Amino acid sequence: MYDVIVIGAGVTGCAIARELARFRWKTAVLERASDVCEGTSKANSGIAHAGYDAKPGTLKAKLNLEGSRMMEALSKELDFPYRRNGSLVLCFEETGKTELERLRAQGLANGVEGLEILDRKQLREKEPGVSDQAVAALYAPTGGIVCPFDLTLAFAENAAANGVEFHFTTQVTHMEKIPQGYRLDTSRGSYETRAVVNAAGVYAGELHNQISGKKIRIIPRKGEYCLMDKSVGNLVSHTLFQLPTAYGKGVLVTPTVHGNLLAGPTAVDVEDPESVNTTREGMDEVFKRAAMSVNGLPVKQVITSFAGLRAHEEGNDFIIGMVQDAPGFFDAAGMESPGLTCAPAVGKYVAAMVRTYLPAQEKSDFIPSRKGIPHIASASDAERKRLIGENPLYGNVVCRCELVTEGEIVDAIRRPLGATTLDGVKRRTRAGMGRCQAGFCLPKTLEILARELGQDIGQIRKNNGDSYFLTGFDKDGL
Amino acid sequence: MRGTMKKDLVIIGGGPAGLAAAAAARETGVEDLLILERDQHLGGILNQCIHNGFGLHTFQEELTGPEYAGRYVEKVRSLEIPYKLNSMVVDLRAEGSRKIVTVMNREEGMYEIEARAVILAMGCRERPRGALNIPGYRPAGIYSAGTAQRYVNREGRMPGREAVILGSGDIGLIMARRLTLEGAKVKLVAEIQPYSGGLQRNIVQCLDDFGIPLKLSHTVVDIRGKERVEGVTVARVDENLKPIPGTEEEISCDTLLLSCGLIPENELTNGLGTSLNPVTGGPFVNESLETDKEGVFACGNVLHVHDLVDYVSEEAAQAGRNAAAFLQGNLSGRGREIPLVGTDGVRYTVPSSIDVSRMNETQIVRFRVGNAYRNAYLEVRCGGELLLSLKKPVLAPGQMEQVLLKKADLAGRKDLKEITFRVRTQV
Repeated sequence: MYDVIVIGAGVTGCAIARELARFRWKTAVLERASDVCEGTSKANSGIAHAGYDAKPGTLKAKLNLEGSRMMEALSKELDFPYRRNGSLVLCFEETGKTELERLRAQGLANGVEGLEILDRKQLREKEPGVSDQAVAALYAPTGGIVCPFDLTLAFAENAAANGVEFHFTTQVTHMEKIPQGYRLDTSRGSYETRAVVNAAGVYAGELHNQISGKKIRIIPRKGEYCLMDKSVGNLVSHTLFQLPTAYGKGVLVTPTVHGNLLAGPTAVDVEDPESVNTTREGMDEVFKRAAMSVNGLPVKQVITSFAGLRAHEEGNDFIIGMVQDAPGFFDAAGMESPGLTCAPAVGKYVAAMVRTYLPAQEKSDFIPSRKGIPHIASASDAERKRLIGENPLYGNVVCRCELVTEGEIVDAIRRPLGATTLDGVKRRTRAGMGRCQAGFCLPKTLEILARELGQDIGQIRKNNGDSYFLTGFDKDGL
Repeated sequence: MRGTMKKDLVIIGGGPAGLAAAAAARETGVEDLLILERDQHLGGILNQCIHNGFGLHTFQEELTGPEYAGRYVEKVRSLEIPYKLNSMVVDLRAEGSRKIVTVMNREEGMYEIEARAVILAMGCRERPRGALNIPGYRPAGIYSAGTAQRYVNREGRMPGREAVILGSGDIGLIMARRLTLEGAKVKLVAEIQPYSGGLQRNIVQCLDDFGIPLKLSHTVVDIRGKERVEGVTVARVDENLKPIPGTEEEISCDTLLLSCGLIPENELTNGLGTSLNPVTGGPFVNESLETDKEGVFACGNVLHVHDLVDYVSEEAAQAGRNAAAFLQGNLSGRGREIPLVGTDGVRYTVPSSIDVSRMNETQIVRFRVGNAYRNAYLEVRCGGELLLSLKKPVLAPGQMEQVLLKKADLAGRKDLKEITFRVRTQV
């Protein structure tokens, strides 16, 4: 019998798990994929929003501000990359300036600090890379960028270090109320628990509706992105949003925390909660709209494109809290943007609610910090020498584009909740995320994975299900 | 761990270009040189090219890739040229006339080498799916042709059972045959251009002989399969290379191989502040294959992508000899560099400039054309004057062209401003 089970190991589920780990509960996270960060959390803008977007008084507004304020200290405590690069909402028509003013007022009401309207000249001084079309902008100095993979991993690893169990490839298929709480039937057996936290992303509506008569609807809203090479990562230094125009909602152009340039997302509601495919129309739209924000979008420098699904809720706000007709069942649903920014605050918020329902003492031995994998690419010369001195595997470069060494890959596999798949290694180390997109390092990374896991390379997968890389031996079919 | 090591010549890359350059430099008298190779073997990508057809020009023999590489490795060993394996150059910069090469490996950690001259021989990489903007899912089973080649030829492993190949570059064509011989079914090779990017002999020997269809002016417009590739959609493209609606055809397969072009690996070169030619992706070089940084030479696929390794070896040997001349003070200072300009179908030239006073009696100029031509002429002009006209029954982008310039034709021309290279189609 568990005290709390969290369904979903995305950024929301992992942030909640980390906060639950502070208390004397038996806690588990169930995840249908083979790793953390396999859904919406792995395919988004990687933005820590300042907090002017949401309507005052909404959960989104409150949690966004809290999350944004927590991010800096948390990035040091849990060792993940985060940078306050400031954001700009660009306006392309003189008439749009009133909308900028409205956004600024909204931000002020939400408690966002330092908001400023920049005229054409001030805008160019602040951001020389901005397009000639932009006439004004709202500047938010507290806007930031964060690595969504590392943020999720940091929460998860810290939760695991504090005793939270993670059960992967465990898909909840059916839930039932039992006298002591809930029984969850999964693809890997049944679990009983006093309380449930539903952080199942695009599937949160389906799970909620199994247990509650008060139905909710989560709509998968697809967003397509294009990622550009690091050689153009400094085209702009701020995150450039766009005011919605008659032509559409607008896309962002931003440097990523690792130095690439990212453009996107589109916004299209889809039926299939698995349809993370990119489309010709989507990519064309990203190019067309992003080109409005910067002078000369370097479309030839695209190294990959991807799509993510936002868990959009009909009422346009998060649904967080205990379900009225299901005591002990907590929703963290509708976690679309700014869900990544809010995650730290959502974690605290949900843990406090669970604690009201299921009183528990704080652990005295809670470990608050987590150390990430040391990265050769971002290390100083002295640190590089020290790392290689301590472990020669840090001198063996596996991924040449991102300068990732065998030492980092081995660490990624051996650490708690270690990588078991190629994508797992990639998200933890960046091996294969560079300009050749794993053309050279794929065989080497598979070899290291196989060696460390005691498997044959034929058993190593990209991520889930049947995503095997190799299909057998030469001449098998002859 | 150690301090700064000093070398007269550092060669970055131990593939065919680096090996030939090193051997030639040594034979021209350079004693103090070092090859840095990031892989665990010398020979570079040739080690996985187990098909034959290498060496016809260099050795008048048909060798396999490993055999061809082996000859040069043997030469480097017999010349006692030192090399380091598993050693990654992580930074290259210039401080005045000194070049600082930062190297990393397991045994020695990270250290700097101060070199008087450097030869860039880092080769190239394949263009990945992301750079091609192919829409669809991102399942396992999408490989660049070279990655698949490594699995089949070096590891004995099959990357798939039923493949579609996008791009008719030579590696893609070679892999179509290889996969077939190893028991897989290659359903189609699709090429977005109206002509193949590979050598004619490979189309015949790798596709036609095995009945593998080649569809020109076709591309992949969708990839299906959430875990492993389940199929692709292929469509015809118009003259602007845009897919034509209504021409889509779904093909089931578990593998998509990409052979859509090679990109010189010049990330290190950028660290030197050397300017790159946007057409080739390689540095601009003069007649000595010297970049705009004095004492830094480039050769092989890092300079421009070659069709045959024989030409890589020849070019690299020239770079090696020139680096030796530079070190020995026999390469006179730079004088007047005359630009070589490709126009009317000639996409670029290597070298991109010539100093007539420094050139040898003859100078090879290599380039590629941007389209397929029949019965055309390659013309070289100096101002208005026709220097050279060569009749070419076939010109194709997949094939590298070369012409020989004679010093005698150029010396003494005071008004020499540029030399142009063009394709003339009208007879």
